[in-house]
Amino acid sequence: MTADGFPRLLRAEWTKFRTVRGWVIGMAVAALLTVAFGLLGAAGNVSSCGGGPNGDDCPAVPRGPGGEAVNDKFFFVHQPLIGDGGITVRVTSLTGIITYPPPNHDEIVPGVVPWAKAGVIVKESTKQGSAYAAMAVTGGHGVRMQHDFTGDVAGRRGGVSAASPRWLRLTRSGDTLTGYESTDGKSWTKVGTARLAGAAVQIGLFVASPCDLTVEEGLASGTTDCRFTEATAVFDHVSLQGGAPGGRWRSADVGVGSDPDGTPRHPGGLEESGGTFTVTGSGDIAPLGGEAGQTVERTLTGAFTGLIVMIVVAVMFATAEYRRGLIRTTLLASPRRGRVLAAKAIVIGTVTFVAGLVGAVVAIPFGEQILRSNGNFVLPVSSLTELRVVAGTAALLAVAAVFALALGALFRRSAVAVITAIVAIVLPYLLATTSVLPADAAEWLLRLTPAAAFAIQQSVPEYPQVIGDYTPSAGYYPLAPGIGLAVLCGFAALALGLAVLRLRRRDA
Amino acid sequence: MRQELHAEWTKLRTVAGTGWLLLALVALTVALSVAASAATTCSSAGCGHDPAKLSLAGIQLGQVAVAMLAVLAVGGEYSTGMIRTTLVAMPRRATVLAAKAAVVGGLTVAAGTVAVLASVLAGRLILPGNGFTAAHGYELLSLADGATLRAAAGSVVYLALIALLSLGVAAAVRDSATAIGVVLGLLYLFPVLLVVVGNPDWQRLVRQISPTNAGLAIQASTDLPGLPIGPWAGLGVLVAWAAAALLGGGLLLRRRDA
Repeated sequence: MTADGFPRLLRAEWTKFRTVRGWVIGMAVAALLTVAFGLLGAAGNVSSCGGGPNGDDCPAVPRGPGGEAVNDKFFFVHQPLIGDGGITVRVTSLTGIITYPPPNHDEIVPGVVPWAKAGVIVKESTKQGSAYAAMAVTGGHGVRMQHDFTGDVAGRRGGVSAASPRWLRLTRSGDTLTGYESTDGKSWTKVGTARLAGAAVQIGLFVASPCDLTVEEGLASGTTDCRFTEATAVFDHVSLQGGAPGGRWRSADVGVGSDPDGTPRHPGGLEESGGTFTVTGSGDIAPLGGEAGQTVERTLTGAFTGLIVMIVVAVMFATAEYRRGLIRTTLLASPRRGRVLAAKAIVIGTVTFVAGLVGAVVAIPFGEQILRSNGNFVLPVSSLTELRVVAGTAALLAVAAVFALALGALFRRSAVAVITAIVAIVLPYLLATTSVLPADAAEWLLRLTPAAAFAIQQSVPEYPQVIGDYTPSAGYYPLAPGIGLAVLCGFAALALGLAVLRLRRRDA
Repeated sequence: MRQELHAEWTKLRTVAGTGWLLLALVALTVALSVAASAATTCSSAGCGHDPAKLSLAGIQLGQVAVAMLAVLAVGGEYSTGMIRTTLVAMPRRATVLAAKAAVVGGLTVAAGTVAVLASVLAGRLILPGNGFTAAHGYELLSLADGATLRAAAGSVVYLALIALLSLGVAAAVRDSATAIGVVLGLLYLFPVLLVVVGNPDWQRLVRQISPTNAGLAIQASTDLPGLPIGPWAGLGVLVAWAAAALLGGGLLLRRRDA
């Protein structure tokens, strides 16, 4: 074979594909179905600002410095800081209440949720979503330094009490904020640093306490419930460096909701006596997860329909050769059998990638529009993430098609290959997401089977510093996007390898 | 009709794949049922699990073997050209399809019964060890119990109806690969829609019209009033799907050249 053999082979396979009308129509139908079912799925979600008692006034969801949707509700005792400075406090107690927790659901009990936070904070302004850095003690995760909603660095473990208090310090020098902690106020340990630009910022004490999430696994789908909690922290030895002369502490209930009659709901508070600050607050300073709205990938569900059609076409692209005896001509013309299969894989992969890309590119903007017009909040993601979701969906379809093609060449019987491909990719996804199986079994399915590849569509990550319903049925995958797709690639490579082996060994 | 039945039985009996597919039906059903029963625990009273449904979860996988058996019974004849011989020998096309349906349905019922009995037995042995005990409000899984018997017998009927649905689709599209794609699309797309559609009214509608979800309502043994569709009505929906497919396939078989 000459040097230009492979391009010719590619061209031959491409000619075979494009001249079978059914296959070309099949690909077009696959792209259309991807869009149609995606829009149908989007249209099936109507929301009226979930949970709010006064249904139709949808509060704007604040967005953090990174563009992500965030929760930014806490009680803030603050004063302005211009230029360099810092704050040092001692925390002697963190207590709280949890309302109506299971199993009996009928009382308010004392307790602190794991991610209740109390400590010192430097924030760009009291506006929700503005940049910040904070040093805090938490209910169950020790001392943390957090910044700009997604940043989270662990400090010393353990809780706080009058017998073992924690000292926290946050200093600002130029644009750099540094957090320190100490058990005695003398020897300090650096926890982390963060950047915060702007000349004038707010500095002070804060307390937040996220709601207490419980997930009950049910028959059809799990039900989640998030119960109101409140935390109270006691600070003393409060010292402020670099504050305005004669500065006074002011209180702000950042992001507090209000009842229909205008009174604040669950207000926080501050009591000050002789240098001891007792601060009560509720809410959370954290990124929002999938429970807060609809994700972009919701509009790409139609890819499943497209996937099934593409699998059928890809399998036929391999098996039709055997059915018509064309394979003997093909192998006579290019006796290097591995190359034939490689050319076929490239052609079917490229065609499905393009069809999937077209489907996804059309489905996302229209789907988002439908979701929004139905009153849904679509969680914002960076354009890089959106690109990954779109290109990833197309890549997923392309690799799945190559997998199906390889199965077709391996089994030489179209029905067996189609069924194997669909059962391997679609069934595990269904079993995992429809709550037939318990969450940990579902996660193993999405690690080990080709369905792991759907992780490439997950646009909102799992945040370790937020307790959420991170189960497959809530749209969270156990593997990182790229690794999930790599699992499918592994299966496709394995099938392709076996197919080449079989093609070489056996008569056609 | 006797001749046609005999001919179809001979064809199906002597094709290499049939035995393997029936074996796969039993193995896949029991394997997934056992896995689901073993993976689910009930830690307190009212944990919301349906033991009958759980112990028969494998039907979700077993139906794939049934669909394939039925599709190949028709599609196989088209790919080899055998269909022309068949129709020359037996010109009454509707009767041929009916005979195919009877033979494929009969085999499915036979193998399905084995699979279902084994799954229920496995559930009976495994579930009490996972907290499905009298203390948590669960009795030992038993076919003497009306709801469990309905779930078990209904699952066998469900498999037979899936066979008829697949047979009809295969007769309509005349190609194994396309037919299997269409059948699996029908079986799996509605459940996928359920994952993404948040609107409860739509979800209810999907559960009421989907062949899989409505058909498998027959497996419910607890919380019947809360179901979007009752067990028998749900099976009725699948009957309608199967009848429509078979009727459509039969009409096309009569109208078109083979």
